[in-house]
Amino acid sequence: MIIDNLKKLQNLFNNGIEHSNSEGSDGIGQVFEKKVDRRSSLKALVGGALATTALTGTSCSDNKWQEYFKGNYKLMTDDERLATIERLTKMYSQRTGNKINLSDKKAIPGTLFGYAFNVSKCQGYGDCISACVEENNQDRDTQMQYIRIHEMDKKNGINFEMADDTFSHEVPAEGHFYIGTQCFHCENPPCVKVCPVEATWQEEDGIVVIDYDWCVGCRYCLAACPYDGRRFNWKQPNVPEEEVNKEQHYLGNRLRKKGVMEKCTFCVQRSRNGKNPACVEACPTGARTFGNILDPNSEIRYILENKKVFRLKEDLGTEPKFWYYMD
Amino acid sequence: MEFLKISASLFKDSFKFITTGRTAYHVWMTCLTAIMLIGTWAYYVQIDQGLIVTGMSDNVGWGLYISNFTFLVGVAAAAVMLVLPTYILKDVDFANAVLIGEGVAVAALIMCMAFVTVDMGGPANLWHMVPGIGTLNWPNSMLSWDVIVLLGYLALNITIPAYILYSRYQGKKANKAVYIPGVILSVFWAVGIHMVTAFLYQGLMARPFWNNALLGPRFLASAFAAGPALIIIILGLIRRWTKYDITEKTIGKISLVVTVAAQVNLIMLISELFKEFYFPTHHSISAQYLFFGLEGHNALVPWIWTGILLNVVATLILTVKQWRGRFLNIACIMLFAGIWVEKGFGLIVPGFIPGQWGKIVEYTPSIIEIAITIAIWALGAFVFTILARVGIGIELGHIKLKK
Repeated sequence: MIIDNLKKLQNLFNNGIEHSNSEGSDGIGQVFEKKVDRRSSLKALVGGALATTALTGTSCSDNKWQEYFKGNYKLMTDDERLATIERLTKMYSQRTGNKINLSDKKAIPGTLFGYAFNVSKCQGYGDCISACVEENNQDRDTQMQYIRIHEMDKKNGINFEMADDTFSHEVPAEGHFYIGTQCFHCENPPCVKVCPVEATWQEEDGIVVIDYDWCVGCRYCLAACPYDGRRFNWKQPNVPEEEVNKEQHYLGNRLRKKGVMEKCTFCVQRSRNGKNPACVEACPTGARTFGNILDPNSEIRYILENKKVFRLKEDLGTEPKFWYYMD
Repeated sequence: MEFLKISASLFKDSFKFITTGRTAYHVWMTCLTAIMLIGTWAYYVQIDQGLIVTGMSDNVGWGLYISNFTFLVGVAAAAVMLVLPTYILKDVDFANAVLIGEGVAVAALIMCMAFVTVDMGGPANLWHMVPGIGTLNWPNSMLSWDVIVLLGYLALNITIPAYILYSRYQGKKANKAVYIPGVILSVFWAVGIHMVTAFLYQGLMARPFWNNALLGPRFLASAFAAGPALIIIILGLIRRWTKYDITEKTIGKISLVVTVAAQVNLIMLISELFKEFYFPTHHSISAQYLFFGLEGHNALVPWIWTGILLNVVATLILTVKQWRGRFLNIACIMLFAGIWVEKGFGLIVPGFIPGQWGKIVEYTPSIIEIAITIAIWALGAFVFTILARVGIGIELGHIKLKK
């Protein structure tokens, strides 16, 4: 009964993982025989207080405690990162019986990712939106989407206030044009500045990422972002098992839980493996370009050097890495 | 050891004192407890299903909880308006009121922390903010500053009265050398907590409604109006129900503080309205939504004008000396309510409307949110009642150490 209550307590505080049926017996050993660092000490303190239940706890609940007490991903050693990847992979297969490919691939040196959007080419199809959702495992119930496509009237020009981003008619509509927005992965990101626990930061390749397990859900970053880039899990996200994209990255499209923030990650699970983000691949008109700004031979560099590019809300000083142009 | 024995005795005697009282007291405490229990159930629902049970959304990310938090930090900071004259200006008229003021500060701070905690998506992860075991983003994140200053202010407002009461409990005089430095610190700290809280919003260039130089000073003005107004009401109740001596002179002096602060608050409101509406720009659009509605969306318009009306009428009453004498309590209640609207959801919600791309999504609090909010106010009232009864009990000699 104590174990049941303990599990209920865990669920209430939402370690984000459902019950498991597997048995194990090495709870106390794993808790007390580790070398003592700050996380182990904290865990041991609680483990000591709950010694009786830990003794009879399952290895799955032990994984949950270790997941709860792990530190900020930014500060983890390579071993700690591997350990959390192992635990998450194990817990997923215990829960669903399926395997995920969870990567912790770091930024490739000499890379700074940038994005270009050709306003003339976009026809408002929205293939980018659906490809993104398929790739990144967002909640289906609330239809969470990282990308917004704003339909604008040519008479008004680029005017977001008068634009409509919830249209559902045949596109392209007569006399209208389309502009897409998402997280712009700013070089001077206000979201990173305001996060009280450093759960969001900019990686070396320019991608602004979130450690979903570190986020406390205060939504300060949501308030700070001028571009409507961030999304919050107001409920436990639901992705049908058969639709889950099993090729995942710890900082990217791995499954999130309720009460944490998420956003576009320039498909870190793809871009660090030399592939384009799902939105770029999916766009039938070729309006979207992605690449390494530091590579002088890249298409994105060509666009930045030869097209008349502009960024949105330039005066705010955020230095977004998302440029618009018209061809 | 001596300290532990006396403290244990103090707690025991206080516990006995607060668990006895007249019928009205028991009814009051029972009602508060009932409200808190309902709120606890509502919070369980929120923890279980997530914040989707509230009216908040990606468009309006903060609502009733943070609105109340913002307002109550001001009330907590206002205790300094009694501390300053008592200890530093050595105005003996304030001496009896200051204990009550500090009790209000503690109760308000506990409410603030409760509101922040219930607003969190992952409250079990709050240890991530503790330096050493977590990572606190100081000095960049204003939230990190806020956590530090609020905890520090709570510590000051608990330890100083606790020391003074601990001494009085033993029939001794509290040693000034021990508590005066803390008191002087708390005066500056009070201003600090409220400026820092204002800076949370003031620094967000993504939200032009908040991103102006006047927000911090406006917070201070409205805090020094609303906080002491509440204290005046409470002191009136204490005069009625206990033998604790609060003179007319004391209340008169506090009402002067409220008057000036209310007037400054109105001047700042006029300045804000001028800036937004003399030559409206794209940055004025949230103000337009709040005061006049936008494209048929006008949920907040009746609220804000009621709030302003309450403020204006209350300030008028307070300004005219005869009216201030006759209608003080009603003016204080009106002022408290008006500022609660204007600084609570009349400030937080319009900051998010319209959204970053001009989208208008309005906010209505859900039943769960309202239940939890009322429960936290009940918690504050509960805590304050206990602190005030113990404080007054010790001061009047009802609770004293038996030799």
